[in-house]
Amino acid sequence: MMQVSIVVNGERREAEVEPRQLLVYFLREQLGLTGTNVGCDTSSCGACTALLDGESVKSCTLLAVQADGREVTTIEGLANDGELHPVQQAFQDAHALQCGYCTPGFVMASVSLLAENPRPTEDEIRQALEGNLCRCTGYHNIVKAVRIAAETA
Amino acid sequence: MIPASFEYRRAGSIDEAVELLGSDPDAKLLAGGHSLIPMLRLRFARPGLLVDVDRLDDLRYVRRDGDRIAIGALTRHAQVAQDAVLRESCALLADAASHVGDPQVRHRGTIGGSIAHADPLGDLGTVLLTLDADAVAVGPDGERTIPLREFFKGRFQTALGPQEMLTELRVPAVDAGAYLKHVRRSQDWATVGVAVARVDGRVQVGLTAMGMTPLRAEAVEEALAGGATSAEAAARAGEGTAPESDSSASGEYRAHLAHVLVRRALDELAGV
Repeated sequence: MMQVSIVVNGERREAEVEPRQLLVYFLREQLGLTGTNVGCDTSSCGACTALLDGESVKSCTLLAVQADGREVTTIEGLANDGELHPVQQAFQDAHALQCGYCTPGFVMASVSLLAENPRPTEDEIRQALEGNLCRCTGYHNIVKAVRIAAETA
Repeated sequence: MIPASFEYRRAGSIDEAVELLGSDPDAKLLAGGHSLIPMLRLRFARPGLLVDVDRLDDLRYVRRDGDRIAIGALTRHAQVAQDAVLRESCALLADAASHVGDPQVRHRGTIGGSIAHADPLGDLGTVLLTLDADAVAVGPDGERTIPLREFFKGRFQTALGPQEMLTELRVPAVDAGAYLKHVRRSQDWATVGVAVARVDGRVQVGLTAMGMTPLRAEAVEEALAGGATSAEAAARAGEGTAPESDSSASGEYRAHLAHVLVRRALDELAGV
């Protein structure tokens, strides 16, 4: 077992983990943060996207020990005092979800995109979200939501 | 899918990594983990010891070094894609890195990890081979330089010894170049990829997914050196290759794609 200390959504969390523990299961099962979903489990679908030191990562393809000493942000860490993050609000306003399973991953990937490129073109948005899959075929409104978020942020 | 159990050690230096590799015959290096962790989860790989080198931030750099450009092995794809030196002097490598996986993968995956993994469908190995890059590796007997032409030994097999760590890649500045990749869907591995580069006036051509390792299209290069047109040279793209058939393409289709993509890449090069 390894001792890890990870700042998750602004709060330092100390825990014992097996080295093989994947970050997504650490978040979901040890910390109870179940907003980060497991989808394909093969680094393809992006449902497990979280931020590591501000950058989007697939938390099913990261060991919890690799996040030791670093900062992780999950979907639960975005809203501020009950007020939705601009990307979350835009997803709601643009009706950018149907079943919602992929949504936390899309929101986190979009937050990472806008941090790197605050005014992306539609094409850049589509390229930047290529690592996230939506099986309700909701891409049109997802792209619209990111555009709205970019304009309002 | 959960990996099988392994021991985990974090290396604080290259020397410590090499020493740890020697402590367990089933040890493997872990960098960004974007090739290895999927294999651990599928249990295709079951190392006894993982030596995590991903904290060796000194190995993330791109800098000019004489007439070459040195790239630290732990430089992440996203950094390679955006690096100003590479964008100016070796844009095809930056461009190929910008199409590896997806943004999340590029935030973690490293150029050295990708090369050491030696997946025959990987893009960066082909680009580096086409550039006649050099790999620098450190082992118990010190440092050595391995020309990329001698680096890939087979599918997932390289010239690296069991206790060696890849530390740097060295590429030349190129006059012009391009990497074209055909994929069935965004984010897929290359069905076929083609790298072309003009280095010191000579055109060099490489192929992805046309064999067990990245390949040089030597017949195409010879034809071009002999004055052939792009179309004539491209017709020889399949010579010396052994493309496999799999769920994304037949070997025959891959040979067809190689022909078409080499012609397009050469046309693009000529237009620069």
